[in-house]
Amino acid sequence: MRARRLEEAVFKGLMLASLGLVLLVLVAIIMVVVVRGASSLSLSMIFQTPKGGYYLGKEGGIANAIVGSLYLAIGGSTLAILLSLPTALALQREYTGRRVATVTRLCLDALWGIPSIVYGAFGFVVMRYFGLSASLLAGILVLSLVMLPIMARAMEEAVRMVPLQLKEISYATGATRLETTMAVVLKQALPGMITAAVLAFGRGIGDAASILFTAGYTDYIPRSLLDPAASLPLAVFFQLGTPYPEVQRRAYAAALILLIIVLLASLAARLLGLRFSKHIIK
Amino acid sequence: MPHISLRGLNIYYGRHNALRDVTVDIPDARITAIIGPSGCGKTTLLKSLNRLVELNEEVKVEGEVLIDGQNIYDPQADVLALRKKVGFLSQKPYPLPMSIYDNIAYGPRIHRMKQPQILQQIEDLRESPDLAQLAPEIARVGIRSKKSDAMDLLVECYLRMAGLWQEVKDRLDDPAAGLSVGQQQRLALARALAVEPEAILADEPTSALDPISAQLIEQQFEFLKEKYTIVVVTHILRQARRIADYVLFLYLGELVEHGPAEEVFSSPRDERTRAYVAGDFS
Amino acid sequence: MRWRRIKDSAATKSMRLALALVNSLLVLLVLGLFAKSRPILARVSILDLLLSSSWHPLRGEFGFFPFIVGTLAVTAMAMILAIPVCLLSAIYLSEYAHRRLRELVRPVIDLLAGIPSVIYGFWGVIVVVPLVRALGHAVGSPTTGYSLLSGGVILAIMVFPIIISVSTDVLQSVPAEATETSLALGATRWETVKHVVLRGALRGLMAAIVLGFARAFGETMAVLMVVGNVPKVPTSLFDPAYPLPALIANNYGEMMSIPLYDSALMLAALVLLVVVAGFNLGAHLVLLRVERRY
Repeated sequence: MRARRLEEAVFKGLMLASLGLVLLVLVAIIMVVVVRGASSLSLSMIFQTPKGGYYLGKEGGIANAIVGSLYLAIGGSTLAILLSLPTALALQREYTGRRVATVTRLCLDALWGIPSIVYGAFGFVVMRYFGLSASLLAGILVLSLVMLPIMARAMEEAVRMVPLQLKEISYATGATRLETTMAVVLKQALPGMITAAVLAFGRGIGDAASILFTAGYTDYIPRSLLDPAASLPLAVFFQLGTPYPEVQRRAYAAALILLIIVLLASLAARLLGLRFSKHIIK
Repeated sequence: MPHISLRGLNIYYGRHNALRDVTVDIPDARITAIIGPSGCGKTTLLKSLNRLVELNEEVKVEGEVLIDGQNIYDPQADVLALRKKVGFLSQKPYPLPMSIYDNIAYGPRIHRMKQPQILQQIEDLRESPDLAQLAPEIARVGIRSKKSDAMDLLVECYLRMAGLWQEVKDRLDDPAAGLSVGQQQRLALARALAVEPEAILADEPTSALDPISAQLIEQQFEFLKEKYTIVVVTHILRQARRIADYVLFLYLGELVEHGPAEEVFSSPRDERTRAYVAGDFS
Repeated sequence: MRWRRIKDSAATKSMRLALALVNSLLVLLVLGLFAKSRPILARVSILDLLLSSSWHPLRGEFGFFPFIVGTLAVTAMAMILAIPVCLLSAIYLSEYAHRRLRELVRPVIDLLAGIPSVIYGFWGVIVVVPLVRALGHAVGSPTTGYSLLSGGVILAIMVFPIIISVSTDVLQSVPAEATETSLALGATRWETVKHVVLRGALRGLMAAIVLGFARAFGETMAVLMVVGNVPKVPTSLFDPAYPLPALIANNYGEMMSIPLYDSALMLAALVLLVVVAGFNLGAHLVLLRVERRY
């Protein structure tokens, strides 16, 4: 009898240790980034671009990366929304049969798991094919591909949760599918949609492998779609390994800012979802 | 034989007082039926007898349930031993995801019942004069040589007691999920008996069964009451009339009346009991 | 009236178009990468490419074996570290924790999932690599810390969220009657988990692990930053390794200048795509069936 209880106690201990480890690791990661980054963060860091060559230059900040990342992520999100929204709506039973819907969902699941380096490689191939060089535009296009599965999946869940009865009420008055979708489905699913977009934004802004080939890197803030664009993840990646402490500091600052943006996006996704739910019917 | 008493038992689901001040003694070696309309606390009362009611996170229990003079809700009490002493049959039988043999062997294995203990258990059964009449087939279970697996004998013994042996003896290794609902309930009975309880709790044990299986279960209970204290929750008045020796009438969480079956059915003292027993409401 | 119908059909058509695009994306990816891989496949057979250890692009030799082993090794290391931690955590969350604790932990795990891989790499360089270096020196290995072990540790942490969250869901979908039946017989919660819950959830748990495996297999940046990137088959935990995604990421700059290099790297990307998508699809199909049962 005691042996049974002992066994349970031992495993319970292991379970708590495991859970604790997971939580501890999260705390450790955030702490290291904050501690290293906070000392490197300053107004000039945020608002200046690097001067004198990004591997050697000792002055300047990471404004190029901050602005570049924002351009890339916002551009990518916009494109992704343009494709995800109709896809999510089209997966409703009144538009597509069950088999097509299942196939689509499986495709999205498969796309979701594809490593972003593969998207990057593919994007590179397409880029070369059209004679584009590494640029903001190419980065936005590839990033939108990476964000698409994340966004479409989350939006589709939001649409799926709209209760059938609500739609039936609309159809019963003789509304077309489009009218029902606009008046009922979109309004009900709005919080979920916003959450989906912000979530994908958060994932997209942190992605490095896809834009490695396609967006390039530069010390300057891009002024046109064809200019190359720096990004926060690549700023960390390139500048971490240098022997110059001033340049390394830029990497720390970039890491902290990236983390802050991602955490804010996570928080915003949750809060916006809650805020916009006051219009929906439960 | 346990002496089961309830003293001032109050059970709360969150704020809702589901059972109010229940005080009663459950007679030994009898079939006690708990009757009353749905939602009035019958299952709660039953499940409080083996502390299964605690599986719900929001539950609060006040008062005492005494078995063999010990309050089972005492913090020092051994829940595992309690549940071995008090067996449980749920409304919809749930076969464990293993073979028929393993289902029956599950309890004994969990409680680390050793070979000599098992053999002793079977010997005791054989020697009990009541049971010789109960399941004459038990007498046919011979204690073979020491080499044979005591567990095999135990499984056979209890399957016989539950009236299932003939139907499954050739497919003991088949998954239990393949049995019909009526067979699964008899399996559940055998499984509960295999840990040598002193009482059996049954929550609407026949409501999911066809009439023939239901009759078989009722028959088994009639036999088993010689050796075990049986408490049955039922909303079928006719069933209670058929099998109960003692009756508890619960209405809206209150134990309105209790007594020997003939008294409660033919000359109830409370108006509510009279109305229910007459079929005025159900 | 007609105007409403026209709008409706226009909208429907554009939705169907979006759907078609999304469904064809996977195919496009495969075709595009395959087209770019043809040159090298025409020159060298796929078997030679996959099994040869000689990686000398300048000489036209593209043996992928060290990278395949590197990827498998670092992923296996990650799974060995992650599976026990994740399963134990998921069991606790699903079988022992109060609802409130579960609700508290969920967003925390989602947070972990949202952290960009460069930040994991960053943390790996600053924290894990020195630790591994110290550990290696303590056991007599002259390692820089940039090694298989570091890669495995970082990858393990990165797959915690997906394995834990899918496993918790799967465990919670085991019917409550199973737990109740076992407990009613006098089993402890742990015995119930061991003999009943895990048996019922087995397929779903394996799917969760496969999803984690696929995620680790394709992870690029974080591993790249800590794993050493030496194109040789690693023989010890403290040796550097060179996984396939890192290979692609490190060499995109040079690949245009050396003949067939770009084709080789595109082939590597194609292999990644096929393996990861295959595992993902398989796992999701299993999970679909698990959900339908319950």
